[in-house]
Amino acid sequence: MKDWRYWLAEQRGTLLALGIFIVMFVIYTSNHPAGFTANVVQTAANKGVLLAFVAMAQTLVVITSGIDLSVGMIFLLTNCLASWLVVGTPIQTTLGVIAVLAAGLLCGAINGAIVIYGRLQPIVATIATGAVYYGIGLLLRPFPGGSVNEDLADALTGRLFDLVPASLVVLLAVVLLIWVPFSRSVLGRAAYAAGSSETAAYMSGVPIRRGKFAAYTLAGLLAAIGGLFLTFFTYTGEAAYASGNAYTLFSIAAVVLGGVSLFGGKGSAIGAIFGALAFRTIGDLLFVFDFDPLWQPLFQGVILLVAVSLGAFALFRVRNRLEWFL
Amino acid sequence: MDGAVPLLRVEGISKRYGGVRALEKADLSVSTGSIHAILGENGAGKSTLIKVMAGVVAPDEGRMTLDGREVTFASPGAANKAGIVCIFQELSLIPELSVADNIVISDPPKRFGMIDRKAQRRIAEDALARAGAGDIHPLALVKDLPLSRRQMVEIAKALARKPRILILDEATSALTAADVSKIFSVLKRLRSEGLALLYISHRMNEIAELADQCTVFRNGRNVASYKAGSKSDNEVVELMIGREYSHIFPPKPAVAAASAAPRLEARKLSWVDRLDNISLTVRAGEVVGLGGLDGQGQRELLLAFFGVLRGLSGEVLIDGKPVTITSPAAAREDGIGMALIPEDRKTEGLMLPMTVRENLSFAALDRLSKGGIIDRAAEQRLIDDMVGLLAIKTAGLDIPVGALSGGNQQKVVIAKWLMRQPRIILLNDPTRGIDVGTKQEIYQLMRKLADAGAAILFYSTDYDELIGCCDRVLVLYDGAVKRELVGSEITERALISSALNIHGEESPVGLGAEA
Repeated sequence: MKDWRYWLAEQRGTLLALGIFIVMFVIYTSNHPAGFTANVVQTAANKGVLLAFVAMAQTLVVITSGIDLSVGMIFLLTNCLASWLVVGTPIQTTLGVIAVLAAGLLCGAINGAIVIYGRLQPIVATIATGAVYYGIGLLLRPFPGGSVNEDLADALTGRLFDLVPASLVVLLAVVLLIWVPFSRSVLGRAAYAAGSSETAAYMSGVPIRRGKFAAYTLAGLLAAIGGLFLTFFTYTGEAAYASGNAYTLFSIAAVVLGGVSLFGGKGSAIGAIFGALAFRTIGDLLFVFDFDPLWQPLFQGVILLVAVSLGAFALFRVRNRLEWFL
Repeated sequence: MDGAVPLLRVEGISKRYGGVRALEKADLSVSTGSIHAILGENGAGKSTLIKVMAGVVAPDEGRMTLDGREVTFASPGAANKAGIVCIFQELSLIPELSVADNIVISDPPKRFGMIDRKAQRRIAEDALARAGAGDIHPLALVKDLPLSRRQMVEIAKALARKPRILILDEATSALTAADVSKIFSVLKRLRSEGLALLYISHRMNEIAELADQCTVFRNGRNVASYKAGSKSDNEVVELMIGREYSHIFPPKPAVAAASAAPRLEARKLSWVDRLDNISLTVRAGEVVGLGGLDGQGQRELLLAFFGVLRGLSGEVLIDGKPVTITSPAAAREDGIGMALIPEDRKTEGLMLPMTVRENLSFAALDRLSKGGIIDRAAEQRLIDDMVGLLAIKTAGLDIPVGALSGGNQQKVVIAKWLMRQPRIILLNDPTRGIDVGTKQEIYQLMRKLADAGAAILFYSTDYDELIGCCDRVLVLYDGAVKRELVGSEITERALISSALNIHGEESPVGLGAEA
């Protein structure tokens, strides 16, 4: 086989998610009264990037065959924190941004430490830490409020050269500065290896613990970037419990749509980004076709089921039925 | 021995797993520029020894010296750094990663802090070529490769680490003859380059071709070291056996049940590359053993009967009538009445956190319930019968089954199936890791069930058990039945030589088979 075929096979999940997203987005814009304009794209991008960041965060943890049920809460906590700190002069704002990102890193590192060194199951550990993070967010913002440096907010949610949505540019930068280096580093490979077969990874002398720890920590950072953007869009901080939970669950849906295996070891954050964008477009589709928004959860569920079923065909080829349960 | 300075020497290494002694004061020394073969039966301690040398398990006592300096390895990574690389029987490849990723996994080439994919590709291609596996594409995912190719990748991976000591644990078990000859020329080249190689294999012809020095292990000790070629195959087999029998087996019936009607038959059963044209018959009242080395298709054969494998070719007959069994649930139905006592009771036999009562009832729930409601009184009666019959020692029926001892857990697994009064009982190494007393009870139970009319197919890795319990033994090699031993033909010598597929002397005078 030629090299490109292997590349194609490896990227199949990501490309499938890209395909699903493009089809849905084309249907959306071609039925939108305004059509494919910079404005429509900007609105869609701004809606999509929040989930995209959280889904990227989820991807990192899922690759290690873990799951992070606290991502939505880190997202909320950093939103509340940003509504206090990302204000004032450019220098104060910069320090505020750094502090918010550091808080995200810390949250992720705590998750990682508990899962890896405390040997708790990721699902339980992150439910608990998620509640703690939400609790801190609630103390910071018992009521919605606060503010943000609006110049920065407007710049990052607006358009570059009146054409490209700035939020997409930031998303791209994050991919290039965080995801690509991680996925090509030794730690990234260790995270994949640990997710695919932890025993084999151990036997091969792979730095499993450091790899997993890096994955959890960076997940916290990515969720914090999402939290920052939430603040830029809303100009306020709010510890909205339902919203945090929804982001956590949607991030899992986006990750699966994006071809990342929940069994670990396989998939890419880029796939998860397209999964997130596609998932968000479902709501927009209902809007342009004049469906009652009440239909949205139902449609999201159906589309998720269909997309996930595509990945389950492999089970028909299994020759030893015991492998169904592996 | 030959004056060469040993590169690695282990002295007085012991290792216990629970109450089982896997290694007892074992010694071994490995010299540069030689291939050292290690021989021994299943469970003789070979695997444990190399795990110690490769840093996978820590020994309870003993010391290791490398280049004359004492060393201890906290992890496989540490052993690798010291130049000891092991190719394990159970593969250490990561399925979702590519071949190239796997080959460089322990020390990838880096550029600006990131993995240098071009260099990685070069290293991988080079290593694959050196292993004679240039046909494997470095970008292929390991999980998409067949077992024989994976094993070649494993070898390439080991070579890429530039080892000083290379340990191969049954590294050729899944390879084709063409691959084996390639690997042999690689190994000989490595020897001439001054590496020390440790070669573990059950294939006598491979050892004869490769080895310079041989060491035989038995019951966790090294019992003999000799120059390759200085002993005949039969002498080697005797060194591997040399063990006393204990009189724990129930007497076999004087007249075997050869006249009874066949209960379970297989005709030309094949499944992917693991089962090869297997035909056999088990009669009511008969205990038929499956022998051979580990992993020659015995487990797959039992799973095939039990309806677990898909894409099976050939025929299965119950009471002379062809049947198609598509699931374990179908296999236990009344017309068939089959039960499988699985190999790994912890994953396939029991739900460890659930109670003894619940575990006992699972397989028979349909018989104990009406309209989906469990008849508690009937359940209790049957459970009492079973606990009495098997003498299960438990503090109560409502404690988690995981709290019982290994032997009693195994009794629960057996009792669970006996609650259905099966007519065909398949046992997959049921006495592994349990104490002698319980073993004895299980042997007696098997004979009792056979006398009551059940057909029993019994796989064991322990030759004594096959000799002591079985009316007939079928020896499997490479997924095919190589030999059938009946009655007094079942001797340790015959079992081992047919398991190793040696066509040597087949003396009817057994080594204590009368026990």
